[in-house]
Amino acid sequence: MSVLLIAEHNNKEVKPFTLNAITAASEIDQDLHVIVIGNKAEAVVKSISEIPNVKKVIHIDNEIYENYLPENFTSVITKHAENYSHIVCSANTFGKNLMPRVAALLDTSQVSDIIKVVAPDTFLRPIYAGNAFATVKSTDKKKCITIRPTSFDPAATSGGSAEIVKGDSGESFSSTKFIKREEVKSDRPELGTARIVISGGRGMQSGDNFKLITAIADKLNAAIGASRAAVDAGYITNDHQVGQTGKVVVPDLYIAVGISGAIQHLAGMKESKIIVAINKDGEAPIFSVADYGLEADLFEALPKFLEELNKLNTIQK
Amino acid sequence: MKILVAVKRVIDYNVQVRVKEDGTGVVTDNVKMSTNPPDDNAIEEAVKIKESGKAKEIVAVTVGEEKSQETVRKALAVGADRGILVKADGIIEPLAVSKILQKIVEKEKPDLVFMGKQAIDDDCNQTGQMLAALLNWPQATFASKIEVKDKSLEVTREVDEGLEVIEVNTPSIVTCDLRLNEPRYASLPNIMKAKKKPLEQINASDLGVDTKPRIEQIKVEEPPKRKAGIKVASVAELVQKLKNEAKVI
Repeated sequence: MSVLLIAEHNNKEVKPFTLNAITAASEIDQDLHVIVIGNKAEAVVKSISEIPNVKKVIHIDNEIYENYLPENFTSVITKHAENYSHIVCSANTFGKNLMPRVAALLDTSQVSDIIKVVAPDTFLRPIYAGNAFATVKSTDKKKCITIRPTSFDPAATSGGSAEIVKGDSGESFSSTKFIKREEVKSDRPELGTARIVISGGRGMQSGDNFKLITAIADKLNAAIGASRAAVDAGYITNDHQVGQTGKVVVPDLYIAVGISGAIQHLAGMKESKIIVAINKDGEAPIFSVADYGLEADLFEALPKFLEELNKLNTIQK
Repeated sequence: MKILVAVKRVIDYNVQVRVKEDGTGVVTDNVKMSTNPPDDNAIEEAVKIKESGKAKEIVAVTVGEEKSQETVRKALAVGADRGILVKADGIIEPLAVSKILQKIVEKEKPDLVFMGKQAIDDDCNQTGQMLAALLNWPQATFASKIEVKDKSLEVTREVDEGLEVIEVNTPSIVTCDLRLNEPRYASLPNIMKAKKKPLEQINASDLGVDTKPRIEQIKVEEPPKRKAGIKVASVAELVQKLKNEAKVI
């Protein structure tokens, strides 16, 4: 039995969630191999080979893999899958897009978004927006698993020296063409891995008002999140959305501002260590999950919050 | 152009889901059921494309128990022309659904297949990608904008980093995000008219697809509950608690 993990990267660097997926994968089996499919991604291959949990890195290099289209990745993965009992990757938009395409061709019923490895064939996963947890056992010979990255710690990144082997690339899929990617560049910590997240909802009333949130995020070195309502209203871009169909975050501190707390939003943040809710509606469901609730008008509370933070001698970053 | 739209009947998104005491699943008796929300976006998009004159026919299909025909009727009421119910009982995993849809695609020969990006019950997010794999078609997942071109679609996809734009040749599969459009409501006259639209029923077993689950559901339980928090009286108290009690700032 050995596990093949599909690395997510941008040809230059490993994406952080790959490290969390590596932790989960090595809980399934210690014999963990990582496949890096990319275009001139040597730096990625090298850094993965230094991860102590990784036993072998398979490097597939071709310019057709520049934009990680699943149509191109799939044939390479299914070919290598022969030698493995488990194929795994992280359950973010990369893995969600790719893994089912692989699983269907392997005739495997995929187990999505696991939050715990119970046994090599048995996993815990949330269903119904996290309102229920299902323990499921895969009876397929070969298992395709996606991992909720925030449920596992990132693997150590140095000290290992895994063997690197080159593999053949597959055929190019001509019916899908990559056009462009509009990445939102930011100096802030990434939403998925930030220690502190401050999120705004419909109560923010405009995109401009998000500057109240930005000021606090700057002070706390926090990532900025949003409810679906705020994204739908155009206050902020989609990459900030936290929830069932957005990102799942598990920070040490989650501050929900002007967010009522629909179950779809709670699905993305209720595992956070400490939750703060600031809302003028004392009956808002967000208060039922908040460790500290402040019933207040956010337009008064946020400037005051910043003022109080400024008074502190030290702030943990 | 012909568009096939796959829809699923799920517990309504406003219902607080309860776990059954015996741990075999969640309570579905006397619970409001609706169309999976992003599937509504999939139908809406197909109807808009038809209204623009770029599609001739919309076929709505679902896989599930007899009652799932309500979901197909709803699709017919907002503008689908015909419906198909593939009858199958119990848990039908996305792999089996995609194999059933593959058979329907082979029969109906659509140019496009639309569906929601994820069902809000099992949260699997698999069916569209699996169907694309089985058909060896391009896939455009998590679509928030679709532009119909001559023999292709330009699709804007919502990804973790922001937005991505790809072009997929037809035939292709698109899975729809909630931000793709604003689904319309069915008017009463259209609901009445939908009752007269054709709705074909097929048994999954007649399609030669094995729908036996490959994943054993061992138990379903309530997630751990958070312990009740407190309300603070002022911003100053909040900051003091975060600093000295929770020690997170």
